Amino acid sequence: MGIKVLSPQTRSTIITYAIVIVAFVAVTLLDGMGLISNSLSGQLVPICAYVSLAVSLNLVVGVSGELSLGHAGFMSVGAFTGVVVAGCLARMGIESELVLFVGAAVVGAIAAGIIGFLVGIPVMRLRGDYLAIVTLAFGEIIKNLLNNFYIGIDDAGLHFSMKDTASLGMNQGTILINGPKGAVGIDKISTFVLGIVLVLITVAVVLNLMHSRDGRAIMAVRDNRIAAESVGINVTKYRLMAFTVASALAGAAGVLYAMNYSTITPSQFDFNQSILILVYVVLGGMGNISGSIVSAAFLTVLPEILRPINQYRMLLYAIVLILVMVVPHTRIYQRVAETLRGRLRKAPADAAVAAEGGEGDE
Amino acid sequence: MSKFTDFAKARREGTKMVPVPSVSIMPERDLGKAPALECLHLGIDFGGLKAVDDFNITVGRTEICGLIGPNGAGKTTVFNLLTKVYQPTRGTIMVDGQDTAGMDPARVNRLGVARTFQNIRLFNSMTVEENVAVGLHNQHHCGMATSILRLPHHWKSEKYYHDRALELLDIFDMAGLADHEAGSLPYGAQRRLEIVRALATNPKLLLLDEPAAGMNPSETAELMENIVKIRDRFQIAIMLIEHDMNLVMNICEGICVLNFGKIIAKGTPEEIQQNDAVIEAYLGKQKEVEA
Repeated sequence: MGIKVLSPQTRSTIITYAIVIVAFVAVTLLDGMGLISNSLSGQLVPICAYVSLAVSLNLVVGVSGELSLGHAGFMSVGAFTGVVVAGCLARMGIESELVLFVGAAVVGAIAAGIIGFLVGIPVMRLRGDYLAIVTLAFGEIIKNLLNNFYIGIDDAGLHFSMKDTASLGMNQGTILINGPKGAVGIDKISTFVLGIVLVLITVAVVLNLMHSRDGRAIMAVRDNRIAAESVGINVTKYRLMAFTVASALAGAAGVLYAMNYSTITPSQFDFNQSILILVYVVLGGMGNISGSIVSAAFLTVLPEILRPINQYRMLLYAIVLILVMVVPHTRIYQRVAETLRGRLRKAPADAAVAAEGGEGDE
Repeated sequence: MSKFTDFAKARREGTKMVPVPSVSIMPERDLGKAPALECLHLGIDFGGLKAVDDFNITVGRTEICGLIGPNGAGKTTVFNLLTKVYQPTRGTIMVDGQDTAGMDPARVNRLGVARTFQNIRLFNSMTVEENVAVGLHNQHHCGMATSILRLPHHWKSEKYYHDRALELLDIFDMAGLADHEAGSLPYGAQRRLEIVRALATNPKLLLLDEPAAGMNPSETAELMENIVKIRDRFQIAIMLIEHDMNLVMNICEGICVLNFGKIIAKGTPEEIQQNDAVIEAYLGKQKEVEA
């Protein structure tokens, strides 16, 4: 009995969920004992948002194998849609924060998913560097569009303009989105528990998709496009599927992120934000979901931990990034990892022998 | 029945435009049925070069057909045309009596053409079983939402893929390797896995591009047996490109020889071995050799 009986796939799935749940329990306990500083507890919701974003981007970059540099764009679509939805629901007299959040997150995810799908149709005709450049451009386009959106609500309903707040023509309503000034006066309804639930949902969607008929098709397209076509797989469909699902999940994460602050501006969701999420994915390992979770959480916390050495913290952050990239290639690390791995799973030893014997044939 | 009439009609139209050389190498048992593959005046130009020109062939429903020729004769190009990796410049390709004009490779596969590649193309980071399961993609359906929500149908589908994949892997006694990463397999096993993956798509015509490349004589002998076994069991047509003449002459019922993109001979193995044009293409002109 024990973990060795399970297939490697099931084992890594269990470990991934376990990481999230253990982290949740640990943080809750530490918080209960008052061991978590204020600045850190303020970071808990953004950590969950970034973990969700990293996991969803991993679906595109790691599982589907496309370099997308516009993830923050989809995050912002979700964030601003969520703000508008929450504003509408609140005005309709709904007071339950849970309902507000769930409504905002669902609509935000759907909106980001639709935008992702529409952007994906032209973008998925491209490959490699070209795809990266065009997704980058789309991220910027979304940001600049949102910079010109003015949305307000009053008793007559929603008002929309792309000129200024005066042209909304409202009487005594609230302005939900105010162009470059962004969304102001957001209800701060995101909580750590909601964040963890969103992370779990994101992880479940991505893992369940990966280990299914469609997920295998997505990975087949990544591994060898020509071979995938030759076994009857519609390449564009599956690239688009991964891109759309990832966009929708990014939208939900954007709602979580936005609902944690009283103000968000479109300029927050710029190219740097996309790159930041990409860094989490790359450091956590392409296609490695638990890796994305750990690296996103760690790299979001790191600048906070380093706050005491204020001047040098970004320097140290950079050094840690470089070390994470360099160390796995050193011989010492590989030897230690090998020993640990051997101790963890002794079960497939006979399989390894068989593989070696096979290679001897050549 | 309708497929058959379509085929007959298209064939009539094909012959109406330009007469097709009538040398067919279809075995007798397949006569009278729509052939698995029929090419009429197939050709492709790369710039000014006619890489393949006026390629006519008919492959019977259960025929094993060899495509041979010196290096650079255009054999793999023919396979790429048949699977629509390249779009032909001229001519018609009919699979099971259906015209494939304008189809993409995925569509042609769904119509019944599966292939292996000269330079192996597996899904290297996936397991052996997953590779075959990808081949089974269009044999069984399970929607994205069903999978994400893990509804009962998802588990039923997974069981189908698992059972069927192991059944297919058993053809080459590879069921024991199911959990291995495809990229880590030895060369011969990778070639066999490619055949299994192609078979998983339930083809009517299987194209094998140099299946024996890099295999030792005993592996080749086993492969020959298996190719015939696959034909008998699945009742499909197999077309293969191969440089191992022992394999070609022993298992192919019809052989087609290609040189500089054109068919120089068609016939049974015995006929091909006696054919002057073929000997010339492989060895050069006899008189010059003697002189």
